[in-house]
Amino acid sequence: MLVEKVKGASRIAAVSRKARQAGLAQGLTLADARARIPHLWVEEMNRQADLALLGDVAEDCDRATPIVVADAPDGLLLDVTGCGHLFGGEAQLRSKLSQRFRKAGLSVRTVIAGAPDTARALARHGRIAIVPAGGEVNAVRGLPLAALGLEPKDQLAISRAGLKTIGALIDRPSALFAARFGEQMTLKLARLQGLSPVSVETGHGLRDPAVVMRLFRERLDALADPLDPGFGFDLVRLCVLDAEPLAMLQPELDAHAIEADEVAHLADRLSARFGQDRVLRFVAVDTHNPDRAARIVPVLQETREDAQWPDLSVGEPPMRPMHIFVPPQTVSVAMAEVPDGPPRAFRWRRTEHRVIAHEGPERIAPEWWRESALEARDYYRVEDTEGRRFWLFRTGEYGDVELPRWFLHGAFG
Amino acid sequence: MQKAELHRAELESLKREVAKLERGSSPAASAVRVSTGVPDLDASLGGGLARGALHEVFAQGMLDEAAAAAFVIGLALRASGKAPVVWIRQDFVGLELGEIYAPGLADLGLSPERLILVRARDAPAVLRAGEEAARCPPLGAVIIEPWGNPKSLDLVASRRLMLAAGRSGVPVFMLRAGGAPLPSAAATRWSVRAAASAPLEGEAPGHPACEVSLLRDRVGSIGRNWIVEWNRDVRSFTPVSPDRAALSRGLVPVSSGGPHPEGAARKRA
Repeated sequence: MLVEKVKGASRIAAVSRKARQAGLAQGLTLADARARIPHLWVEEMNRQADLALLGDVAEDCDRATPIVVADAPDGLLLDVTGCGHLFGGEAQLRSKLSQRFRKAGLSVRTVIAGAPDTARALARHGRIAIVPAGGEVNAVRGLPLAALGLEPKDQLAISRAGLKTIGALIDRPSALFAARFGEQMTLKLARLQGLSPVSVETGHGLRDPAVVMRLFRERLDALADPLDPGFGFDLVRLCVLDAEPLAMLQPELDAHAIEADEVAHLADRLSARFGQDRVLRFVAVDTHNPDRAARIVPVLQETREDAQWPDLSVGEPPMRPMHIFVPPQTVSVAMAEVPDGPPRAFRWRRTEHRVIAHEGPERIAPEWWRESALEARDYYRVEDTEGRRFWLFRTGEYGDVELPRWFLHGAFG
Repeated sequence: MQKAELHRAELESLKREVAKLERGSSPAASAVRVSTGVPDLDASLGGGLARGALHEVFAQGMLDEAAAAAFVIGLALRASGKAPVVWIRQDFVGLELGEIYAPGLADLGLSPERLILVRARDAPAVLRAGEEAARCPPLGAVIIEPWGNPKSLDLVASRRLMLAAGRSGVPVFMLRAGGAPLPSAAATRWSVRAAASAPLEGEAPGHPACEVSLLRDRVGSIGRNWIVEWNRDVRSFTPVSPDRAALSRGLVPVSSGGPHPEGAARKRA
């Protein structure tokens, strides 16, 4: 067992496996430890020597890969990308390296994972040896909060909220944590899951370096927490996560395709800067339920599109509003003109609207095969005395126990 | 007095200088004019709406915002042909005015597959994305919709948009949802109010109609009003004669206390 003076008291800094099994742990005072186990073997902690040893071990790791980074005080990060085959696979590499250190009298835990933060957390807190590609999220789910490396007070606050594992954090919206604990925490969580903090995606294959650089510039500019390179980067690695064939364009013949390309690049840049979930397009859905008639999806996301926008009939005014309220807004209606007609007047946003023209009802029946089926709705297009056109609907019928309720669902131009 | 004259002359020459600079490298782009479909309105604009320029559109009241948006969609459709349209919207606008509804856009003639929607968190993001989009020549039009009167929307911001539009030839329409006129470099400024539609069979509300006033124009005359109707089938505005506007239902007394709502007031002869 090794001890170190912390604030005047000798406390345990490191313990052997045997001592740990006997119930000793880091942070305990030497006096307490001696009271439990009188015949302890105690040595003074020598951080300098530890660091020197770590350096030696790091140098020895050169046999596996040229890229070795010390993760003081007691860890090493090895980038073994593309090195596995020299040892007959990553598993072989790992076991050869572990055996070598065990022989030298060191106790080590080694983990291979797709991202450095994942491997680091698993080595210190987990039980998995090799994380299959893409399995990072599942691998870290079971880890305790400590794996995130937060400030003790933040960690305490989260565990008090009943969240004990990384998985519990992943399942909740990251904005929640960002608001309370800062973007740093969500960034840590993302890195733990092997999500690279700086990646860009394009809608189509791309090989123009200038365009790619521009995307990265947008992405880096938009980081809430700018990267601080200090004295500069020693190594910047560019990984292609996804590759696809590139069709050649002939400028003279494909003027149209080149224009489409330019628009696609604009969408890529906007997505890189503002986030993919903010650069969107509309996809038609084959349904008569107005709440589901249009899906809004990221431009960069590929979707199956089999539905078409409804055909327009000549001479007909717009049947659907341009602005829609989600959810529909309640309006107060003193009295409808006739039991199944539109209201004569309704009140919305502190203004009384007198209806002077209407069309309807257009009955939209609930989609009963869906779980959260709505009540049937009777829709009306109405126009008020000021020329404003609205889309109103009624649920419930006169004669029912409850009076029908009226909602404003949208506004026409 | 003389000194004041001198200053004025100097100011004028500086203004001309700035205007020359702002027209940028390709004067052709901003010189292209788009007809609205209403001859009288086009004439007032000096031959139509300038294509490579920034145009600002206000709603007269909160309840006219939908009419203002429809007017902008109409102008964008006139200007864009079949080219893609980028619409940049601040999140808050959706909460206040309702979200953009694709089937409704299709009903106005703007096919939803032509539209890229950018949702921006705040006004600076709206302006930044707007400028980026305005620099992309293949676009048919850019619609930007910040909320209220944001600080970031100053003379410099509008001038940047105007310059970007001038260089690329892409018209930029700024829908000033919930906003009031601020100093701006926009080429034109409009105020829009909903107008009564021409009733269809069975007293059904008709085609989109609105009353627009030209508050400002760099070249043409200002202070005039027009009532226009949007015809989706031919993608054009059409003039509404003042007679029809006066005759339209807005001025006809409606169910004026009559005991039978089905009475004469509703059934217009």
